[in-house]
Amino acid sequence: MPIDRKGSAEVTLPSDTEILITRKFDAPAELLFDVWTTPEHVRNWWGWETDQMKVCEIDLRVGGRYRFVAGDGERDVAFGGVYQEIDRPRRLVSTEVYEPYPESESVNTLTLEENDGVTTMTILVRHRSKEARDATIASGMESGLQHSLDRVDVIVAGELENA
Amino acid sequence: MARAATTADAFNAVAEPRRRQILDLLVEGERSVSSIVAEIPVSQPQVSKHLKVLKEVGLVRARSDGRQRLYRLDPVALKPIHDWVKDYERLWNERLDRLDGYLYELQRKDQ
Repeated sequence: MPIDRKGSAEVTLPSDTEILITRKFDAPAELLFDVWTTPEHVRNWWGWETDQMKVCEIDLRVGGRYRFVAGDGERDVAFGGVYQEIDRPRRLVSTEVYEPYPESESVNTLTLEENDGVTTMTILVRHRSKEARDATIASGMESGLQHSLDRVDVIVAGELENA
Repeated sequence: MARAATTADAFNAVAEPRRRQILDLLVEGERSVSSIVAEIPVSQPQVSKHLKVLKEVGLVRARSDGRQRLYRLDPVALKPIHDWVKDYERLWNERLDRLDGYLYELQRKDQ
């Protein structure tokens, strides 16, 4: 019986320009690295629940580009970037741009650390400015709200009760 | 009458790194100014100034205890900021949960 890790990703803000995402997986780092960097795999998990992945191109070498496009038929979202550092299966550094907003470019560092068959993934997203970072989080909030009108935030509810 | 805290006020108040450090300390519980000064490399007048800003936007509350003032967080005012990050976190959770499920299927097939 596998451990249920659903919803266990954590987002923290280590500085004014950074976002850090952390999550554990019951899989070897090698497999995770492959699934993260091979189009046949990426098509199976990247994107959004309701969307089809229309483009998934990966040229995995330093200076090589990637481009992901997902869409629900009405609106497409396109991300792309360039690989800067490849250290399989521990570390991958790449730029990331949300294409409609070139100023949104960030440098993302993926790290995979395997311990007893459990791999801890961290994604450090580093923006050029606090404004760009905040815009990225705000865009997440907008789509998050669309999908979660009936959401109850247990943590905040608990804090409010104790206030 | 306390001034109503707007979202913009609270967001601006936490944009300052020292003020975030103070908020981090207050997460652990109520504190006096001197106990905050003992933890971070900032002078007492500076800490008092930051606390005043945080109090104005409603992020912290103060009460008197004998001769000292004690400060604590107001979670209601923190809620918009909390939600802001939480929704982004939800987005990543959906994606990484899908990745997790996919990895599980891949490894099951291999066995």
